[in-house]
Amino acid sequence: MSLVADLGRAELVRRLDGPGLLLRTGPFVSRIQSNISLVADGIGSLYHDYPIEEEGGFADFQVRLRQPTGLRRWWHPQVRFDYDGRQPFAPLPLAQAWPMFEWVMNWCVSNRAHRYLIVHGAVVERNGCAIVLPAPPGSGKSTLCAALVCRGWRLLSDELTLVRRGDGLLVPLARPVSLKNASIDIIRAFAPDAFLGTPVPGTTKGTIAHLKAPPDSVVRFSEPARARHIVFPRYQAGAVTTLTSVSKGQLFMQVADNAFNYFALGQDGFDCLANLVDDCDGHEFIYSQLDEAIALFDRLAGVGP
Amino acid sequence: MMSPASSLLVEVLATPGRVRFLDLPGWERLLRQANSANVGAILVYLLEDNGLLNDVPLKPREHLEAARIVALRHRRLAGYEVGRIRSDLAGLGLPLILLKGAAYAMADLPSGRGRLFSDIDILVPKDSLDQVERALMVHGWASTHHDAYDERYYRTWMHELPPMVHLRRGNAIDVHHAILPETAPVRPDPALLLAAAREIPGEQGALGIYTLCPHDMFLHSAVHLFFGGEFDQGLRDLFDLHRLALHFGTEPGFWDGLVARADALELTRPLFYALRYITRTFGTPVPAATLAAAAPFGPPHVLLPLMDALFLRALSPLHPECATRFDGIARFTLYVRGNWLRMPPVLLARHLFHKAFLSPRTAEAA
Repeated sequence: MSLVADLGRAELVRRLDGPGLLLRTGPFVSRIQSNISLVADGIGSLYHDYPIEEEGGFADFQVRLRQPTGLRRWWHPQVRFDYDGRQPFAPLPLAQAWPMFEWVMNWCVSNRAHRYLIVHGAVVERNGCAIVLPAPPGSGKSTLCAALVCRGWRLLSDELTLVRRGDGLLVPLARPVSLKNASIDIIRAFAPDAFLGTPVPGTTKGTIAHLKAPPDSVVRFSEPARARHIVFPRYQAGAVTTLTSVSKGQLFMQVADNAFNYFALGQDGFDCLANLVDDCDGHEFIYSQLDEAIALFDRLAGVGP
Repeated sequence: MMSPASSLLVEVLATPGRVRFLDLPGWERLLRQANSANVGAILVYLLEDNGLLNDVPLKPREHLEAARIVALRHRRLAGYEVGRIRSDLAGLGLPLILLKGAAYAMADLPSGRGRLFSDIDILVPKDSLDQVERALMVHGWASTHHDAYDERYYRTWMHELPPMVHLRRGNAIDVHHAILPETAPVRPDPALLLAAAREIPGEQGALGIYTLCPHDMFLHSAVHLFFGGEFDQGLRDLFDLHRLALHFGTEPGFWDGLVARADALELTRPLFYALRYITRTFGTPVPAATLAAAAPFGPPHVLLPLMDALFLRALSPLHPECATRFDGIARFTLYVRGNWLRMPPVLLARHLFHKAFLSPRTAEAA
């Protein structure tokens, strides 16, 4: 199986500009076509150890990000996302091509991958114990997720929890972790060796930088995991680390609120979510110190003192 | 003869067994074309009915099943919404007559399986329009067109109220009192349609929900496609006609009486086009006698090659892979023609002028 890194820059650009690069992320293959060098840069760095399928394979999703030619090339250059002739989103300034790439990769999954119950939330795993972190933006979920994977936890996903409906297992995506604003410097200080992409200022979510998924998480993305805990994190400056349990009923409703396709799945969605909640303990978690948070997560996974 | 069969999707819709010869890149192409044409879920049922689904490779199968999930949810929501509309209008003592997508779905017709539709169309007698509109407003439905020109366009010239949207649920309803505008040169008599409507049999007795009779359902689908002027979903709509023909074609008298019914409703020209293009595109088994009876109602011979060229382009999937330079012109020409068939020339010129120059400004100002 070849990796993005095996292609070399010239071949990567040729594929992106031509028939498409077939990039594998977890269970999915995306056909990526782009004439934008920021996209080639991002894939070449943040995805360099991801597997690719050879031309002539099957892609689940088609992602075309183009910089329009003509006058637009010079005057406020833009990036446009095109899904088989439709433009579901307004164009963005060209400088935001990379964050847009990551967003549309999420959009493809959350709109179409109904084989899974898809919950908006991160998943990390250690010692066979997977923890789901569903949370609205601003709760510090991605920061916590990034810190955990910089300290030996396996990354399954930062944004999309995929619960396979057949067996209830969590299926890894292992794509980069999206860090916003202050989180970028926090993680830089916390893990100076971690690889972060170039920060992009001025997006609707502020400044964004992506943390590369740990190599081990990428290698293991055909290994699903069983969820044991569902934790709703909340960062609160100066707060003492506290974990409070959530009743099963509440847990069910809160996860349903964060699921993209719970209603679309009907009865199957209910059953799948009920099984997930049965398997897990639910907690509200308030933290301000990443080290304390990680120690607590290690204890949940039965690691350490 | 040109045909839209240059695309893989059309080949598969016409001959589902074609999928046996697809490799994985072929499947990817088929699924992409199907999604663009909004027939992804129609495809899954078509393959299932033809015993082909179990041989579909794992990955494409996953996408087909995902499309089925979306369609099933759509069907649940549509059923719920029709139930609400029925109770919203219950006090009026009118039969609730559904048209198009909602009718196919609620009557569990094969043409409803996997078919997504964006609004619920109902047909009511013209003299009860005011009551119907009031009853709907009382139950939370509100008109979406506040522009004075649009109001006048619908209320004076069209065959329907301005579309209404439910304020909480966000679903849309179109209330029709006829199937062609007041201004069109042909006027299918709504009284004939209402009189022939058929009640949908429910599991626990009748539900008070009706569809048009099979002939009228087929003719309405034809006039909607060939006089409508909008071809975004052209291939899907043509496939509706194919599926209606296959289903009702087995009912005694369907083919024998179809041309006479079209004549009574002044819909012989759209019937001609419907039969011409379903047989050419999907090989629909239409009896020779019916084709022969419809043949005199085509356009003048000199025009026919032009109409073929326009329609066959417009009825191709919208996917960029299937597009040609001619598409835009074909669709625009048919848009103008669609309006031409709905309005006399002076009114049409005025309408197109308004839509092109005045409406966008009002929208900007708003």
